Amino acid sequence: MSRSKTSREPISDAALPVGIADAERGAAEAAILVKPTVGKKKSEILYFALHNPKLLVGGSVVLLFLILTFVGPLLTHYGPFEYGAGPTNGPPSARNWFGTTTFGQDVFAQFVGGLGSTFAVAIVGGGLATLIGMIVGFTAGYRGGLVDEILNMLTNIVLVIPTLAVLLIIAAYLEVRGILWEALFIGFTSWPWAARAIRAQTFSLRNRDFVDLARLSGVRSHKIIFTEIAPNMSSYLFMTFILMFGGAILIAATLDFIGLGPTNTASLGLMMNTAVLWSAMHLGYWWWFVPPGAAITLIVGGLYIMNVGLDEVFNPKLREF
Amino acid sequence: MRRYFGRKLLTYGLTFFLAVTIDWLIPRFMPGNPVSSMVARAQVRPEIAERLVDYYNQLYGFNESIITQYFNFWKSLFQGDLGTSIFVFGQPVTNVIMDALPYTLGLLLPAILLSWVAGNKFGAFAARSKYLDNTLLPVGYVLTATPYMWLGIILGWSLGLKFGWFPISGAYSFSLRPALSWKFITDALLHWFLPFFSLFLVMFGGWAIGMRNMIIYELEADYSHYLEALGAPRKLIRKYAFRNAVLPQLTGLALQLGVIVAGALVTEIVFGYPGLGLLVLNSIQNQDYFLLQGIFLFIIAGVLIANFLIDVAYVLVDPRTRIGMTGGTA
Repeated sequence: MSRSKTSREPISDAALPVGIADAERGAAEAAILVKPTVGKKKSEILYFALHNPKLLVGGSVVLLFLILTFVGPLLTHYGPFEYGAGPTNGPPSARNWFGTTTFGQDVFAQFVGGLGSTFAVAIVGGGLATLIGMIVGFTAGYRGGLVDEILNMLTNIVLVIPTLAVLLIIAAYLEVRGILWEALFIGFTSWPWAARAIRAQTFSLRNRDFVDLARLSGVRSHKIIFTEIAPNMSSYLFMTFILMFGGAILIAATLDFIGLGPTNTASLGLMMNTAVLWSAMHLGYWWWFVPPGAAITLIVGGLYIMNVGLDEVFNPKLREF
Repeated sequence: MRRYFGRKLLTYGLTFFLAVTIDWLIPRFMPGNPVSSMVARAQVRPEIAERLVDYYNQLYGFNESIITQYFNFWKSLFQGDLGTSIFVFGQPVTNVIMDALPYTLGLLLPAILLSWVAGNKFGAFAARSKYLDNTLLPVGYVLTATPYMWLGIILGWSLGLKFGWFPISGAYSFSLRPALSWKFITDALLHWFLPFFSLFLVMFGGWAIGMRNMIIYELEADYSHYLEALGAPRKLIRKYAFRNAVLPQLTGLALQLGVIVAGALVTEIVFGYPGLGLLVLNSIQNQDYFLLQGIFLFIIAGVLIANFLIDVAYVLVDPRTRIGMTGGTA
């Protein structure tokens, strides 16, 4: 169970004890040895998960916003861009909980709608980025050699290229842009970080005895990756997804803010964009720009803190008693 | 070491080539004819418009074949000629950008360097200290989760508007002209502070947390335990852990550059600070694609140069790269 190597990536070495995953997948040699303890290990992880304040606090904040995304639209009578939902530049009131914009639109309606697009972009964009990162990272890390060199170079190139330039071309082509294309765009441009992290982790796993054993018994490469390597870093993959998820939220906010986001839906970045364009900061209409940014900060911050908690749950070395 | 730099330079060369090609595509693949739509926006009489279209077509060589256009683009690029701006009428793009560049660099460089140094020191200090870990580090996480423009808006609204300590738009007061007088310098510094500070804070949170996590891993490494067993002083172990933990932080800086630059651009927009970010917004709104093209070239070049400097720093800090082993993941 103890691991000798210390990796240099931020959230690393947090893998499940080697053996659990093998047993589940039925890799015979490990199964016999480990099976009796599987139940105990599972409940141990659950125990630490439920007693980890970081995980609980971070998780509940994210959950709270997720609930608000679904319940929110039922609580407001106005559409996000509907005019005449209240007075212009009105502060929060019983009728407009979060006040109104310069155009008399309801800020709460925009906020709730923006939350929806935020989570949608994050799930699709973050998921896609993790998926591409996994494909590239596993292949590069497991194959090594020339394949690794080429993929590494590709990763570094995508990392450095200013993605805004690419986005401008796409933005010019599509008059009406939806959330989906923004999510796809984020997914296709933000995977390098995940690829690097997963590659490094795969690299440290690929010469372990159980992987060698699988290779000796003639198991195909992709099967080794998916049955031997991936399960042993499943917690790491999950945490990578959470980071990509949070990252996608921040990127989407930036894109929306410079006016390159979806054109047909409300978004939190777009709210800040219009607030700044109509001088809400200089005129002190705080109710217009405080909620969208606060929501992003709390959601992403909650995700990060949740990740630290998860790291402690999965990695016994980090637990504090 | 030669191998290390050779590989790096190959990556940078390829990146530059690809990025420039994408950049070249911007005005060419815009729907409709960019020249005629730009001229239409200038709202001049038809006969003048016709001549303008001719002029611009000739200027940008749009009447030649695509391949020739592409090579001409590279040729003029090396001559430092990026075309003529539409938004700032008749000015060469290079001049327009050169006017804005100092403001962006003046924000970015101090913010990056100071936040990196301060964040690393603070993160190392907070690691494994129970009190700081539980009180100040959540603050760090919230800071790094804050969208750059939002922190800018909030600081501008609170410190600028409510308390009136700092001005919140432009780089200096309208009544002043740039000069080397105390009055102008203090005025410019006051205008500079809020955009700088909001960039600094967001980055500081990120570096502090990165360092804290890294130090914890290093303190759990075998060499730390060994030193501990030998009875080495706590301070010495920490020093070694810090040195090892700085390497991935350096890599992190290289990885984060794109995000940081985007952060600076939106922060400038919030404060109306006349750097490249405001220029990007203006050229998007005015469909000044040639200016946009020029700005991105500068950003690409800047990011590549910064990456190269970080690589050099890596060689200085990590002896393994010097003797030919490929150390770290930079």
